[in-house]
Amino acid sequence: MFRQKHLLGIEHLHPQEITTLLDLADQYVDLNRQDVKHSEALRGLTQINMFFENSTRTQASFEIAGKRLGADVMNMAMQASSIKKGETLIDTAMTLNAMHPDLLVVRHPHSGAVDLLAQKVNCAVLNAGDGKHEHPTQALLDALTIRRAKGRLHRLNVAICGDISHSRVARSNLILLGKMENRVRLVGPPTLMPSQIDQFGVEVFEDMAEGLKDVDVVMMLRLQRERMDGGFIPSEREYYHRYGLDAEKLAYAKDDAIVMHPGPMNRGVEIDGELADDINRSVIQEQVEMGVAVRMAAMDLLARNLRAERQNKPVEV
Amino acid sequence: MSLLFTNARLIDPENQTEVLGGLLVEDGLIVDAGPDVAAPARTEVIDCGGKCLAPGIVDIGVKVCEPGERHKESYKSAGLAAAAGGVTTMVTRPDTTPAIDNPETLEFVTRRANEAAPVNVMPIAALTKGRDGREMTEFGFLLDAGAVAFSDGDNVVTDHKVLSRAFTYARSLGALVIGHPQDPGLSKGAAATSGKFASLRGLPAVSPMAERMGLDRDIALIEMTGVKYHADQITTARALPALQRAKKNGFDITAGTSIHHLTLNELDVANYRTFFKVKPPLRSEDDRLAIIEAVKTGLIDIISSMHTPQDEESKRLPFEEAAAGAVALETLLPAALQLVHAGHLSLAEIFRAMALNPAKRLGLPSGRLMPGAPADLVLFDADAPFVLNRYDLKSKSKNTPFDGQKMQGKVLATFVAGKAVYRRD
Repeated sequence: MFRQKHLLGIEHLHPQEITTLLDLADQYVDLNRQDVKHSEALRGLTQINMFFENSTRTQASFEIAGKRLGADVMNMAMQASSIKKGETLIDTAMTLNAMHPDLLVVRHPHSGAVDLLAQKVNCAVLNAGDGKHEHPTQALLDALTIRRAKGRLHRLNVAICGDISHSRVARSNLILLGKMENRVRLVGPPTLMPSQIDQFGVEVFEDMAEGLKDVDVVMMLRLQRERMDGGFIPSEREYYHRYGLDAEKLAYAKDDAIVMHPGPMNRGVEIDGELADDINRSVIQEQVEMGVAVRMAAMDLLARNLRAERQNKPVEV
Repeated sequence: MSLLFTNARLIDPENQTEVLGGLLVEDGLIVDAGPDVAAPARTEVIDCGGKCLAPGIVDIGVKVCEPGERHKESYKSAGLAAAAGGVTTMVTRPDTTPAIDNPETLEFVTRRANEAAPVNVMPIAALTKGRDGREMTEFGFLLDAGAVAFSDGDNVVTDHKVLSRAFTYARSLGALVIGHPQDPGLSKGAAATSGKFASLRGLPAVSPMAERMGLDRDIALIEMTGVKYHADQITTARALPALQRAKKNGFDITAGTSIHHLTLNELDVANYRTFFKVKPPLRSEDDRLAIIEAVKTGLIDIISSMHTPQDEESKRLPFEEAAAGAVALETLLPAALQLVHAGHLSLAEIFRAMALNPAKRLGLPSGRLMPGAPADLVLFDADAPFVLNRYDLKSKSKNTPFDGQKMQGKVLATFVAGKAVYRRD
């Protein structure tokens, strides 16, 4: 079952839809490991990647995903173009809409901007990150990585650590993990915790040793330095000392706990470089691989719904 | 020629009564009101059919976008909207472009208002030049030109020394200063009130404590200078004890709140609906209920529309970037009546907060149904239901959060100095 018209956030997804998407993504993982990595699922469809905020990794992942499924893919670096000329988001959306795209992948620095855009276009919209709100494909790829590493996506203890307050990844992940019936802990300094976050059914810790105790998954977040107004933490080195993940802190977690990071990493700030590369503990490279598969699955499912919707519409003569 | 209203439900905010009776107007003034009013010869009679007759609303803090942004709201459109909403006196804000911060601009505005608006218009002048918090404006000249109060709108004067001098100088002239209690450091960039909802939506948020901090600072300066002060909007429960203490200590302080903070809460923003973005941001339900209670007890004196027109372009943006503010001249009364229908407040209580208290604070004779008061009146059906369509509004800007909402209470006619300025067709 997957009934969505857009993928704007995990908030809107039913647990069963999450499972459907991850099951399909598993198939795409297999496809991506073959020599000939190609499918025709999106043949004839146009995918536009609109990034109003710099991104190399996510944009590349969406681009490869679209190309492997046979879509015509176009990238638009929005921070360099019309936005500088004073065009509003709505006008940009209307202009693009007139070009008949089928899939619109959007990243925007403001929370809710992708929802706004989705109201104004006639195609499927995928949120590739909006402000501090949601980043649904990241949460889905994390879920797939966990499911493959742990053999299940329920009844796990997951610690999300670091800059929760500025992180859309953390929001999408805590919603998804909660929906799939896991126990979520948030660990970080109180200055980087969103207000009243404890009311979201999560446990909040200010100390890594307590927060990581007996967890199955340690999810580290990037310290979003570019988002800092300044003064959230005393210094990088104190942050690394108290919240940076190294072997010593990881020892509080279960022996088989996996280490995740959405990238790009600040080695020596939130995570020890050696640990990040430890193939026995770190699944950071798998996350990148799952990212492509999950995005293929998401676009495939949305395209199916889009085609079904168009076929049901009476033909205008 | 005199005018007699008969068979009216008279809402008297001064005596806190509702009685069926009549009201006699001569030469633009109320000469008699009560259950038995005798009509002299040659009297025009209006049978109110048992509907409500109340003093016209005195709305402190209306933004009319002249000069600068007439496409958003002009004195003509705002005046028509006010008349249709039962507002007989608009007390207009100086946060225009440029700011109303010198006697020449104020005179221009007054002239425009007199030409174009069918209701009374009383301007507030800026407290500091350019509303930038550095130098006080010419209070004396501005008072002579007709300013009824001084305010920098939602620009908070951050320099305590500048503010203390402005307060001291204003006190010497007996001028009313209207403040915006808000700590500017904490509220910088905020689009929502911090809490569960803002965290879920990932919106930059301000702690409700910022309002109390702003109010505490202003109260300290009131104590220091003895200025006559009005807080434009108190919207959080945390600010109320400070307000209560200040009043108990005998300081010359009053407080207002906006109709939106009385009738909406932060959850109404829902899926980033920018018509619900106001300043300060909508609060929690607990805050809303505490503020209603404060209006009931009289701790909060005044309800305002905080009418702020914004065009579609300013609102059709991501929530953080969208302009704040909502139009409310025409929805102020029906929204306030929601509080009556919900059993929170009586009709006499809402008119105490919307007519009597603001008039008293500004030293105006209106806002009451007493002999000698100007016949600024609103006749309305408190129960008549309707669904608000924003395109029916007379304001040039249509940014109301009540679009599509079921409301009760229609204005049937509005009178300024005994002359009808609005009649429902």
